[in-house]
Amino acid sequence: MIVPADQTKYDELAAFIQTVDASEKSLIAVLHRTQTIFGYIPQDAQLMIAKALHLPTAKVYGVVTFYSYFTEVPRGKYQISVCLGTACYVKGAQDVLKAFQDELGISAGETTKDLLFSISQSRCLGDCANAPVVMINDELYAQVHSDEVPAIIKKIRETEEYA
Amino acid sequence: MLNFESLRALKTEAKKRLDARLADVPAVYLDETGTYKLRGPYFEKQTRIVLKNCEIIDPENIEEYIALDGYKALADLLEKNVPRREIVDEMIRSGLRGRGGAGFPTGRKWAEALKHDADHKYVICNADEGDPGAYMDRSVLENDPHSVLEGMTIAGLGIGADQGYIYVRAEYPNAVKRLNIAIAAAHKAGLLGERILGTDFSFDIELRLGAGAFVCGEGTALMESIEGRRGMPRNKVYRTAERGLFEKPTIINNVETLANVHHIYLNGADWFAGIGTPKSTGTKVFSVVGKVKDAGLVEVPMGTPLTKIIYDISGGIKNDLAIKAVQTGGPSGGCIPADLIPTTNVDFESLAAIGSIMGSGGLVVMDETDCMVDISRFFMDFTVEESCGKCTPCRIGNKRVLEMLERFIAGNGEPRDLPRLQELCEMIRDTSLCGLGQAAPNPVLSTLKYFRDEYMSHVRDKRCPAGVCKSLMTYVVREKCVGCGLCKINCPVKCITGERKTMHHIDPNACIRCGVCAAKCPVHAIELA
Repeated sequence: MIVPADQTKYDELAAFIQTVDASEKSLIAVLHRTQTIFGYIPQDAQLMIAKALHLPTAKVYGVVTFYSYFTEVPRGKYQISVCLGTACYVKGAQDVLKAFQDELGISAGETTKDLLFSISQSRCLGDCANAPVVMINDELYAQVHSDEVPAIIKKIRETEEYA
Repeated sequence: MLNFESLRALKTEAKKRLDARLADVPAVYLDETGTYKLRGPYFEKQTRIVLKNCEIIDPENIEEYIALDGYKALADLLEKNVPRREIVDEMIRSGLRGRGGAGFPTGRKWAEALKHDADHKYVICNADEGDPGAYMDRSVLENDPHSVLEGMTIAGLGIGADQGYIYVRAEYPNAVKRLNIAIAAAHKAGLLGERILGTDFSFDIELRLGAGAFVCGEGTALMESIEGRRGMPRNKVYRTAERGLFEKPTIINNVETLANVHHIYLNGADWFAGIGTPKSTGTKVFSVVGKVKDAGLVEVPMGTPLTKIIYDISGGIKNDLAIKAVQTGGPSGGCIPADLIPTTNVDFESLAAIGSIMGSGGLVVMDETDCMVDISRFFMDFTVEESCGKCTPCRIGNKRVLEMLERFIAGNGEPRDLPRLQELCEMIRDTSLCGLGQAAPNPVLSTLKYFRDEYMSHVRDKRCPAGVCKSLMTYVVREKCVGCGLCKINCPVKCITGERKTMHHIDPNACIRCGVCAAKCPVHAIELA
């Protein structure tokens, strides 16, 4: 069921689909846009996309679940992406990931109940010279030590309170 | 819209403006040949061709790229009306080989695509840089995007293509932004799109965002993804140069490869072929990361000794620990042991000869505190997570390899597992469908070859010499202990004994290795050993 509050989002998605070629080759671009609009890819949106691009829904679902960038689970307002690439790994990225998990009480791939934070593991964020790195939304934190994690979370919570 | 004449005029003007701006930038200087360079020994020891403009020009200003001979190579080819065959022959003569990993000669790829007639042909830039530990492509896309656009346009001119796609990772938002700006600026200037520079040649470029699948770095998987499907490699019935994207002749080149292209046409194939070794020409950008003092991107001629890169340019090993290995080529590569480092040069042949690969140029330096069994497990974990699942050896074989390594690390391995591990890895290498699957066991095979002792310690002695694998370690109390009893109170399984003010003792059989005692000890007397 489409929640009325989401109706404007669905309208925005429908408007975007109008601008692309109604075929398979537009699928990934449409999914990217969907995730930007909703923060995740709801199943109702998948039904809508399948119809608009003349594809079986199973096919849309297959693509959504294949790519790790797409998610069917709502993500937090602050998406914490801990890099576990080789350079970060040898410099203790697992400890940093564990510190975030302990601090927030959720595992990688999950979202906190207040929808404020979610944690994901990244294969490589491409800033290996500053390992270990963490990206929170589009902001990059370089050479993060697990001891600094509580302070990072605290700072975000404080900004949220004053916002 | 520029034409040949106005492009030259713009260049002269833009150069003056750039000279004026850079005169106040202390990090940049003009060398004796009139080339702008970055100051400092770290940069001066390098041979920067691909990274020539990086951190010197403003990547969001097309004029600064034009000021430093940007789009001159393309304009010259168009103005002189150079036939396609000659453009492709020049590329063959340069000896440029693909910088994405496999090292296939770029000119041969182009020649194959030129041979096949079709109503459409495509040029793809593979910017799905996924190897953990390598980030040169991101750097080029963000700092010199026009060099990639010009390289693609020249490739399009050479093979007769009309459309290009850049397949870039969504994890690189900055690169996407800069590329969008660059494409729009090139369009506006008439350097991209319909009738480039007023000639009959039309070529356009679109961005396609990846969605976080490592396997999409494989050429045919990438094409599947552009076509809107799951990124799974195709069966290689046809070469992509014959039937690639949308069943049309397609060439797919990596970012760094394309960033070399305009330099080759500006300075000539012979100039390029004179750099590096006879079989591996030109330079290569390495991302030297891990336990080195100065981590960063290093561009050197092919065939440069590894020691020069690690010690001379990157300052040696952090904290002056002993070097243990250098991992090259990401999850498809191998580990070069310390004793081979002094004799190894970095070019395609030398690295292949010792069981590693050039890959996309990640050099992750490891020291004595890194466990090679754990590193192998790390890469297999990556592969298992990223395997697309199309072929059985990769989907199931790698999972079995990972399980074996996890057993070793947990202390449940046996010496007879080692030959079985080797056999399984060889089978995956020989029977997987795509290059990624075939290369997936490389990290295990190369460490099994060079660090067999370390595997033996894990499976026979249940010991991790590097002190990484926690299950194989025990907490011990050192002489520093003051007998305060804090560890005893906090131990969740009550395995610590000792009277107050005397040295305490941990029962290794009951210990669950939670580490609470070590964290609580006020004098740091408890260590893993």
